[in-house]
Amino acid sequence: MEFSILKRRLDIGKQIDDFLDRVSESGLLFKHGVSDFLKGNQSAFSEKIKHIVDVEHQGDALRRSLEEQLYIQTLIPESRGDVLELLEAMDALLDRFKGALYRFDIEQPEIPLQFHEGFEELINCVVEAVESMVQSSRAFFKNISGVADHMHKVSYWETESDKVSTRLQRAIFNKDDLHLSQKLQLRDFVMHVDKIADRAEDVSDKLSIYVIKRSL
Amino acid sequence: MFAFFLSSGLFLGWSLGANDASNVFGTAVGSKMIRFKTAAICCSIFIILGSVLSGAGASHTLGKLGSVNAIAGAFIVAFAAALSVYLMTRMRFPVSTSQAIVGAIIGWNIFSGSVTDTNSLTKIVITWVACPALAAVFAIILYKIVVFVILHFNIYMFRQDLLTRWGLLLVGAFGSYSLGANNIANVMGVFIQVSPFTDISIFGVFNLSSAQQLFFIGGVAIAVGVLTYSRRVMETVGEGIMQLSPVAAFAVVSAHSLVLFLFASQGLERFLTSHGLPAIPLAIVGAVIGIGLLKGGRGIRWRTLGGITSGWVITPIIAGVFSLLSLFFLQNVFHQNTYQPMTYKLTPAAIARIKEAGISTQYLVGLADKDFDTAVQFNKELDKRVKIDSTQHNFILSSTEIDQLKITQAAIDKVNTDWISPEQLNALKKLKGRSFEHKWQLVQALGGETPAWQFSPNDRYHNDELNNRLANLYSIFRQ
Repeated sequence: MEFSILKRRLDIGKQIDDFLDRVSESGLLFKHGVSDFLKGNQSAFSEKIKHIVDVEHQGDALRRSLEEQLYIQTLIPESRGDVLELLEAMDALLDRFKGALYRFDIEQPEIPLQFHEGFEELINCVVEAVESMVQSSRAFFKNISGVADHMHKVSYWETESDKVSTRLQRAIFNKDDLHLSQKLQLRDFVMHVDKIADRAEDVSDKLSIYVIKRSL
Repeated sequence: MFAFFLSSGLFLGWSLGANDASNVFGTAVGSKMIRFKTAAICCSIFIILGSVLSGAGASHTLGKLGSVNAIAGAFIVAFAAALSVYLMTRMRFPVSTSQAIVGAIIGWNIFSGSVTDTNSLTKIVITWVACPALAAVFAIILYKIVVFVILHFNIYMFRQDLLTRWGLLLVGAFGSYSLGANNIANVMGVFIQVSPFTDISIFGVFNLSSAQQLFFIGGVAIAVGVLTYSRRVMETVGEGIMQLSPVAAFAVVSAHSLVLFLFASQGLERFLTSHGLPAIPLAIVGAVIGIGLLKGGRGIRWRTLGGITSGWVITPIIAGVFSLLSLFFLQNVFHQNTYQPMTYKLTPAAIARIKEAGISTQYLVGLADKDFDTAVQFNKELDKRVKIDSTQHNFILSSTEIDQLKITQAAIDKVNTDWISPEQLNALKKLKGRSFEHKWQLVQALGGETPAWQFSPNDRYHNDELNNRLANLYSIFRQ
């Protein structure tokens, strides 16, 4: 009996790892998807969208199964609420990547070439912020004293993404040959992507509280 | 009649289960690591096992109530203790059942004119401080060790969860077992002598002595207490004083078990009791406070703690007062004999014994051959004449106590041969036909026949056991 319980718990550990893999993967898909979009490679872009939808479904399924197991087996009673919140917040980041990619697909914004580099830089910062968040979460489960090693990177990338986003917005509105409507659309895109890093930082703030609560 | 008298023992067992189970599983349930149902079932099983397998050992058989020398008195003492523990359980406070029993016995002592050992009173007060303090220190040390291990080995969150859960269950089972083993004699011990049960052999493999059957019933009573009513006190211990993390809960329960184990182990007990620390389970509260202080003391609910500590003071007092009142009622309204009157007389044999011990008997001359109905009366006379220390006082008292003992064949047949060795039984048989006026004369005569009946100056465990067997003999041979 003990063996099967042990196995089940290790399964949960594996499932959490899988789930965090999905979040991390969604960041990479987003990055490459936008890159394909900027290059005008529509078929590769569509493929990335299809892929990220799959990943999102898998993430949802894993999250639900984890939540169920945590409650049914009354595991980690002292941190159960925190772990569920963390999983949900991470899932929300995954959803935002998917949503942003869909937005590119639906609105098909015309992004002038001079902004391509800025967009790619912004997306890189955002994806790094989320990646650092994924690593912090992994440490939370495996090696709680190591969480701090990753968490400060989340803030760093969030600040970087803020800087890039401000610079990009300023450049967009300084460009005279664009319609106001186009400027507004591009600004929305910049803000939408930048928000993901902000959300990652929010999750990281919450995680730091969870760590204090679990500190022995 | 037996069933009626037994009922108060069962009530005591029930309230013990309802209250003391909180020591073992309160923090585990409070930290939500183990469900109440799981805890209660595990606790019940191990309490019954402990009662039957370890409780029936010769050294415990009479328990604290053994000093109460009439069954109706034992009934009231058990009932008074049970009632006070029940009241405290209703108020959700963890208390010590053995202190309630001591309180009730003091009530009986006052009623029957027996002398209360002042040492046991001071011991109670000392344990209120010493036992929790010791447990607090242990809890802090254990917690530090566990934390070091977890951080050092980077234990995965879910594995840590699993290990803590099994740890809590294991320590809880161990604690329940010792709870049953240590307390069953207090619950059922006095009834052994009046038990109508005979030994049962199951398929010739297991042999259940009549004492074990009695202890099984007592164990079931404790278990029923755990299952039906222990939740309230468990919640106080687990959440009421402060919210504990599972790891802290584990440290607390382990510290509690460790303190009890230290008190119970013979070698250490000698060291601890020589410093005036008896074994009473108030440790759990101390252990919780220890963790609370380690965390800076902010999480501790001092109000609840105040309630609990005042409960410790109140419990023996309520038990004492209630026992006194009920004894009065039972003796005078129902004309039940609640105590064997003990008379005291300075017989020539007693004088010789006192002289031999090197105590001057000059001032005792006027007391010779006078009958005193109670120890209190005799003490008063003694105090009028001379000031002596309490050891000498107790020695004179035990030397002059009159107990008409006659060794008859019929009585020898009643002696439970499971409790005494063949050698001891032989010595007893050799004394057939003789009568004794004092208990110590019987002890001397038995000691003269075989070393197995002699006290040893260094072996406390042996002496305790001998005293229990002798107490049993007195009640059998008393005329």
